[in-house]
Amino acid sequence: MNLPPFQTLVDEHARSLYRFLCGMVGPVAADDCLQETLLAALRAYNGLSHDGNLRGWLFTIAHRKGIDHVRRYAKEIPSPSPPDRASPPQTVRDTDLWNRVARLPPKQRTAVTLRYLGDLPYADVASVMSISEPAARQNVRAGLASLRKDFI
Amino acid sequence: MSKVADRIRNLPSGGHTAAVDRFARRAVERGSARVAFSAVESPIGDLTALVTPRGLLALAFETDDLDRIMESVATKVSPCIVRAPSAIGQVRSWLDSYFDGRPPPMPGLDHSLITPFQERVLAATAAIPLGEVRTYGQVASLAGNPKAARATGRALGANPIPVVLPCHRVVASDGRLHGYAGGLDRKRLLLDHERAISV
Repeated sequence: MNLPPFQTLVDEHARSLYRFLCGMVGPVAADDCLQETLLAALRAYNGLSHDGNLRGWLFTIAHRKGIDHVRRYAKEIPSPSPPDRASPPQTVRDTDLWNRVARLPPKQRTAVTLRYLGDLPYADVASVMSISEPAARQNVRAGLASLRKDFI
Repeated sequence: MSKVADRIRNLPSGGHTAAVDRFARRAVERGSARVAFSAVESPIGDLTALVTPRGLLALAFETDDLDRIMESVATKVSPCIVRAPSAIGQVRSWLDSYFDGRPPPMPGLDHSLITPFQERVLAATAAIPLGEVRTYGQVASLAGNPKAARATGRALGANPIPVVLPCHRVVASDGRLHGYAGGLDRKRLLLDHERAISV
């Protein structure tokens, strides 16, 4: 099997992985999670038995790293203060929207960020979240509806 | 496409490059980057050095097809290839010294892209003293196959580590430069440079 050079994946997907992780854990932790995602992917890359959907594979790892981070954070700091996901990156002007995305229920937030920050097709959103494609669509729709309601 | 979705698409951007740099450094430190590469400036144009933990694997001219080289390395050595300037410090200082006129001893090399015959041919070129040249026939003899001048030419043409393994010191029997993967201008520059620093 001919896998492309790992750097090709980094060049093509690091930006959207980072955007997705920003949506999931906030920009400070996203930096860390992106490093961990790429390190884990690189370690597993040589033994990879498929070269089909490498982007989906990367996002699945990133999703897991994001969940690990949220769990670890919840364990380490038993206070009600949320992870830094509420603080937008400096490059973001739409602070208000950012905060609302961060406050969506976890499944909706993950689905919305995979779809619109990670730029994934619904089939990949579904496989990353281990849910059906209709369920993925439903989570994105519900997330958008609740954001739209906040804005009008 | 709803407006909210558009606004989400426009949320964060950039900011990932610092994380990618840190990832690359850690991947090299941990040895999970089996092949690391980076560009190096030189008087003969930018070079791209590819290294493994064993040593220098390949050196590419800016005129080379880097994508094709990377694909071949991915197949023949490992697809775990990462851009990491931190990994090529030794190659960079070897090239700096060489172009400064103080050619250092041969750096550590990884021969994974070199065939056994090619290895003999390239070892023969490495034995040509600085500032001198040999013909294809002479190098074929040195490599143990006096009749294989043509095969020797092919082996030299496919040298994955030019400059360091000095295939540029091999010329046609009438003294013409004949050919070079990096182009005849580079071959001339390298030979002129070596003549100048060997006196």
